Amino acid sequence: MAEQQLFKVTIDNITIEVPSGTTILNAARKIGGDVAPPAMCYYSKLQGSGGKCRTCLVEVSKGSEKDPRPMPKLVASCRTTVMDGMEVKNITSPKVLDARAGVVEFLLLNHPLDCPICDQAGECHLQDLSYDHGKEGTRYEFQRRTFKKHDIGPYIQLHMTRCILCYRCVYVADQLTNKREHGILDRGDHSEIATMIEKSLENDFIGNVIDVCPVGALTDRTFRFKNRVWFLKPMDAHRNCPTCSGKVTLWNRGDEVFRVTARKDEWGEVESLEDGKPAWICNTCRFDKKHTNDWVIEGPRMINRQSVISAGHYQGNVGLNKPTEIFEAVHSGRHPKVMLDIHSVSEVNKPDIELSLIEGPAHSTDFNSNKD
Amino acid sequence: MSQKLLLDKAHVEGIRTYDVYRREGGYRAVEKAIKMGPEAIVEEVKKSGLRGRGGAGFPAGMKWSFIAKPEGVPRHLVCNADESEPGTFKDRYLMEFLPHLLIEGLIVSSFALGSNATYIYIRGEYAWIVDILEHAIEEARAHNFVGKNILGSGFDCEIYVHRGAGAYICGEETALIESLEGKRGNPRIKPPFPAIQGVWLRPTVVNNVETLAAVVPIINMGGEEYAKIGVGKSTGTKLMSACGNINKPGVYEIDMTISVEEFIYSDEYCGGIPNGKRLKACIPGGSSVPILPANLLLKTAKGETRYMNYESLSDGGFATGSMMGSGGFIVLDEDQCVVKNTYTFARFYRHESCGQCSPCREGTGWMEKLLLRLENGAGKLSDIDLLWDIQRKIEGNTICPLGDAAAWPVAAAIRHFRDEFEWHVFHPDEAVKRNYGLAHYADAIHVPATV
Ligand code: SF4
Ligand code: FES
Repeated sequence: MAEQQLFKVTIDNITIEVPSGTTILNAARKIGGDVAPPAMCYYSKLQGSGGKCRTCLVEVSKGSEKDPRPMPKLVASCRTTVMDGMEVKNITSPKVLDARAGVVEFLLLNHPLDCPICDQAGECHLQDLSYDHGKEGTRYEFQRRTFKKHDIGPYIQLHMTRCILCYRCVYVADQLTNKREHGILDRGDHSEIATMIEKSLENDFIGNVIDVCPVGALTDRTFRFKNRVWFLKPMDAHRNCPTCSGKVTLWNRGDEVFRVTARKDEWGEVESLEDGKPAWICNTCRFDKKHTNDWVIEGPRMINRQSVISAGHYQGNVGLNKPTEIFEAVHSGRHPKVMLDIHSVSEVNKPDIELSLIEGPAHSTDFNSNKD
Repeated sequence: MSQKLLLDKAHVEGIRTYDVYRREGGYRAVEKAIKMGPEAIVEEVKKSGLRGRGGAGFPAGMKWSFIAKPEGVPRHLVCNADESEPGTFKDRYLMEFLPHLLIEGLIVSSFALGSNATYIYIRGEYAWIVDILEHAIEEARAHNFVGKNILGSGFDCEIYVHRGAGAYICGEETALIESLEGKRGNPRIKPPFPAIQGVWLRPTVVNNVETLAAVVPIINMGGEEYAKIGVGKSTGTKLMSACGNINKPGVYEIDMTISVEEFIYSDEYCGGIPNGKRLKACIPGGSSVPILPANLLLKTAKGETRYMNYESLSDGGFATGSMMGSGGFIVLDEDQCVVKNTYTFARFYRHESCGQCSPCREGTGWMEKLLLRLENGAGKLSDIDLLWDIQRKIEGNTICPLGDAAAWPVAAAIRHFRDEFEWHVFHPDEAVKRNYGLAHYADAIHVPATV
């Protein structure tokens, strides 16, 4: 094979050489840090993904060595390949930052902001994005668009109100299963992820849509409201699985397995196996193997970039030791229930009350248990 | 009376049938083209200076020459008949009354591009035109102008009519291609462009109905002759669909040397404004192009007469000019409300956004809501600036031009009619009862003397 051509590209004044055909986004990820534009819809392991959310827009101030003209518009870095001598501005371009702030505002416009009761909170890309690039208020003064939530099959719940229409789950179903059974219905701001005629998604690999969903629109029903991700300890583990690679991350508290996910890299994407194929996991591993003795534990998993989870500093000392229960200590031996099952003991934040459907801020009357 | 190249025979009785069309000189272009060969046809079209009539105005010959020609891969020509821009109805007229003109143009163009399977992607709402076109194709087939071995040249060409399902977005060429392939009509992310990978990833040219019909006179009279009509880079004739507050709404073929004033007021065209009303504003090229107040419409900011051609209409850029667009000429008289008009357009774009990319999906709905509030006298002064900021953040940041098309009318309305918006805010009660009227929008513009 002929040696691949290397292109020189400069992003935010940092020059790097990448093989031809690399996208600006991937080149920027090689540099890493803040230079890498946020990406909400692109997913390197899913063919055809990207280009939709527009968070990764960058300015190309010099097209290439041969044709130095700048590109007239901002371009989606996830779908634009580099040229030799290209110069790109990401965080050094006021235009980009301005446009990105706009995109973040658009993405949050109809989002319910129900993070307090959302399972994705703590590992949500939209949350991270809004912290990094969002404003603290909204200029939107109208009622938000709402949808009913749906259980699509025994494993997955769909909260369409939270969806940002990144199409990743559609690509997963297209590329990992034999027959896609869900897709986007309707168009514009009324388009939605749906199965057309109420159907359940049960294909062996469909659980991966939960991992690719950047927000809490597709969540794991077997994990729903069981715990907060930042209270859990990610551990790499494997098992001999006939269907998939069996390489997963367990999310434990003590030796209790709360959920199983694929192993994700620093960009939130599924890691690749030694053979270069992405380590998607099957439904059995994800939903049915919730005991530590189903697994061979390899060790704690480093999580970076995910601010909230990594704040737990789990790397190093964890192993399988149960954490010290501070609660027991401060409650002189009593074990309060509140931590894990807030909903059965509390009058507020009932999951059966759809926060996003309440107009304006929620009041105690919305949660009143005596309400008929 | 200006020269007509497309509609000259439109009023001949029975022109819709093959026999009459042929008797009137139809299909001569095919006979001539077959003798010329593909390269020569492309050359003629290039010489003619013909620009795409769908809205963007890109030179057609140039577009044709971009098509990739890899060995063994079929190429396709697709005719974009998904005419759904508010205010534009010229292609409908052409297909309805002169179906054979389009078929003839399609065969010549297919021959030039080497397309053996050519598609007409027609707007779903034009249901009856499908029958007209299919009938015309059968007639042409019976005379060996369509099908196998056309006129013994060895060139095969099938023409298929494909109905859309009622989505404006499918007029965008890559969304059209997706839809033609049987998928959801989402615009593709470019590159690759259709000329390299279009329908079924094969090289494809997508052209507007009028563009393809114009190929017929170009071949008949020669590219150079064609280029002599019109002015500058606006060669040939253009179909305009005029509507709104005018005496004679309809489809007109103009050569692009007449002034806007003549087009609106002369009896040959729109015939002036009914009931003695005065001109307030005009959207000269279909709903997505910037609206202009009367004073900037008839004269450019430099005080020169504005003409009905690509260059003159866009003179002054977006600050003081507009665009030829798709030729949907919408006239507003002094009784019309610009805020309401802008709201109507915004509603259209909100409904028609494909929802793929976030600025357009969310921004169009937001603009619609704000405009409705302003129109109903419930808006705030800050809403106007907010609208400006929203359109600015949509424009240029989307996958396809629908985002721009949604942003421009809002931007132009605020740019030129800001006081009308403000009046809605300051006089909420009055604003629901009456319109702002002509105000100063027809006053002569002060042109600073040049030194
Ligand atoms: S459900 Fe999740 S993965 Fe699917 S389109 Fe919505 S945000 Fe993307
Ligand atoms: S990540 Fe590039 S557009 Fe979404």
